[in-house]
Amino acid sequence: MRGRSAGLSSTAIVYLVLLATTVVGAVLTATVGRNFFSSGNISAILTATSILGLIAIGQTLVILVGSLDLSVPYVVSLASIIGGTTMAGESGNIVPAVLLTLAVAAAIGLANGLVVSQLHVHGFIATLGVGLVVSGYIGTNYQGSSGSAPKAFRAVDEAKIGPVPVSVLIMLALAALAFLMLSRTRIGHHMYAVGGSPEVARLSGLRTSPPVVVAHVLCSVLAGVAGLLLLSRLSVGSPTIGSQGGYDLLSIAAVVLGGTLLAGGRGGIVGTLGGVAIFAVMDNTMGALEVNPFLKDVVRGVIIIAAVAVYARRNLQVRPARFDRSVPPAPAGSTPPPAQEVR
Amino acid sequence: MAPQPVLVASGLTKSFLGTTVLADAGLTLVAGQVHGLVGENGAGKSTLMKLLAGVHQPDAGTISLDGTDVRFGHPVQAQQAGISTVFQEFNLLPDRTIAENVFLGREPVRRGMVDTAAMRRDAQELLEGLGVSHLEAGRPVRTLSVAEQQIVEIAKAVSQDARIISMDEPTAALADHEVELLYAIIGRLTARGVAILYVSHRLKEIFDLCTTITVLKDGQHVTTRAAAELDEAELVRLMVGRSLVTYFPDPLPGTVVGEPRLELEDVGHGDVDGVTLTVHAGEVVGVSGLQGSGRTELLEGVFGVRPFSRGTVRLDGRELRLRSPRRAVRAGLALVTEDRKATGLALRQSILDNALSVVRGVVPGRTGQARRAVPGVLSSLRVSARGLDQEVQFLSGGNQQKVVLARWLATEPRVVLLDEPTRGVDVGAKVAIYDLVRQLAADGFAVLMVSSELPEVIGMSDRIVVLRDGRVAGELPAGSSEEDVLQLATGAVRGAVA
Repeated sequence: MRGRSAGLSSTAIVYLVLLATTVVGAVLTATVGRNFFSSGNISAILTATSILGLIAIGQTLVILVGSLDLSVPYVVSLASIIGGTTMAGESGNIVPAVLLTLAVAAAIGLANGLVVSQLHVHGFIATLGVGLVVSGYIGTNYQGSSGSAPKAFRAVDEAKIGPVPVSVLIMLALAALAFLMLSRTRIGHHMYAVGGSPEVARLSGLRTSPPVVVAHVLCSVLAGVAGLLLLSRLSVGSPTIGSQGGYDLLSIAAVVLGGTLLAGGRGGIVGTLGGVAIFAVMDNTMGALEVNPFLKDVVRGVIIIAAVAVYARRNLQVRPARFDRSVPPAPAGSTPPPAQEVR
Repeated sequence: MAPQPVLVASGLTKSFLGTTVLADAGLTLVAGQVHGLVGENGAGKSTLMKLLAGVHQPDAGTISLDGTDVRFGHPVQAQQAGISTVFQEFNLLPDRTIAENVFLGREPVRRGMVDTAAMRRDAQELLEGLGVSHLEAGRPVRTLSVAEQQIVEIAKAVSQDARIISMDEPTAALADHEVELLYAIIGRLTARGVAILYVSHRLKEIFDLCTTITVLKDGQHVTTRAAAELDEAELVRLMVGRSLVTYFPDPLPGTVVGEPRLELEDVGHGDVDGVTLTVHAGEVVGVSGLQGSGRTELLEGVFGVRPFSRGTVRLDGRELRLRSPRRAVRAGLALVTEDRKATGLALRQSILDNALSVVRGVVPGRTGQARRAVPGVLSSLRVSARGLDQEVQFLSGGNQQKVVLARWLATEPRVVLLDEPTRGVDVGAKVAIYDLVRQLAADGFAVLMVSSELPEVIGMSDRIVVLRDGRVAGELPAGSSEEDVLQLATGAVRGAVA
């Protein structure tokens, strides 16, 4: 597609911000005498993108259809518990445990999607409700860490190809699939349509529910994958791992930072990955500088608001002025300067 | 060869919540011909279109396509049967490309994947078939002008092999040269044998394009006649039972043009430049010009929406520095904006809340007084509503506009700026608005009125300022002809204006 709009696409801006964040991060890291680009540090940054990346990919789909998913932290926790307790330290149980976990996650996503599309409850409330139900279930049945991951499963998170952790490759592969789905399948096109305008979609003969339901199911499944990765990392299932991570709001922030419209219908996976990477680089830098964790949140908050403010300005951008805008207001009584025509 | 009717609708009746909006209406569409559908707002034109489009289902009556009775439960069924509708509010996704919009829901698939290249190519062919090859199918719709978006809608209809295309007020938001393009496209469509149902308030277009005209009034079928048997005056009479002569009321007796009230001296901002004009108390000054000539932008400058960066604005001889609408209101200005639904009204709030919103926000001390005055103002404007607590979204366009006017009158302004005050309102409401404008002048207000309808500017203004490319092209006295105005607006030599 030929770029028509003046200036950069929002995806380009995201990656420019990522570049800038990286440069600033590298310089700051160097000031405390550490190497930002050491393979250990690169690995650490990449690893940090995998969990949030998986969740944010799903969140992108859900936001694109005009919904939201606030239940992801609880799905993450539940996935780590179900995975851990089903595996129970036996490597023979890995496959059934993964399948069961993903099936449960899909079922939660299906519930979210059906509540949103059939009962017409906004995603914010629907997934908050479903999330609370899941959270209540976890709280009642699991007080502390449960189950355990067998060694073979723990190896997934430890494995690397060069400096690149396998967990990141998994995330990127799923991101590629999601990208392909959005750009080259009907259901993907229809996600944009439903998110852009349900009424236009309906009048174009689309069934408006399937894209919403599919987006929610995929989002929950991706959260389930994230939960399994965390199980692999921690080797035990944890009832609080998801909510501690704050993945609901953080994933939404990453999606929006990546240039996807919170109202739906515009955006995509590539931007989201950029948003996730920006967070990872920032966190890594602030970790190296031993910044107090509360200040970290302040910085994150400022970045999110600044980014969205920039996008909002770009959307305001109107047609170019016919007459020079830069002419200062004439002082009262004097003759105004001759207008310059810039047509 | 006798003309072939493709669609015959008869006895169509539709009620909403017990109110009959269409009773026993019918029309016959002929392949390759344009059929005009006219009537005041609320006459049932939209309802009739929506019945044909499958948006609503008739309570009684039949629609037959090529002699076979059809019933549409959903717009998609109508589209599949070959009836497409271009509504005033487009059914397009601004963030998607032309190609993606045209083929939405019908994306070509190859080996499970959407064949984006084929989609782009086919869309481009459609655009070329409509004679608009300069549009690239890969462009996002948000980058297109209103006219181009309309073309995308038409391309979508053509891609669905529509044999009947209904168009609801297709020129409402188009500039004159874009109207020409639409005419050309309609010509291509009819040449292919497509039947067009053309709904418009602009009678000139009806006569330019249509072979046959159907008139509706109050949900009833009035007449269907060959266009050749009618003229504008007769058509207006059929629509409203009122003749053209009373269309624009004369200035009220006792109207005195007084001192200069609003003076603009060499004002300018990004879109207008070097504009000097004066509106006296008791005077109605019309602003005319083509779309994009800076008409709306001029009013926005006066009202502080987009403050002027140069020049002087004086109100009753005192210089004003208007940096925001809030200050403008305080200074005694009122602006009735062009787009009532987007910038004029809070649609889900009541009539009373809308009528009081500016007073409450800007001069809260006067709220009580304004609240007592509002019912009288509304009834003098002949607003028909169930009550002051009715949500304005349920009012007709004309009544909504009256609520906007009432709201500004409640602020007791000295200068009233009107931007397209009668856009999208029916003829009856237009007359009420014209009467009000005359009354305002008689009461000593200064009125500056922007309008894209030439008869309106000419019929209502004491003087006409014509803008071209953001500058004043000239000023004309009352009683100038449409040709005079167009000549200034286009910069054309007399006689060269189409």
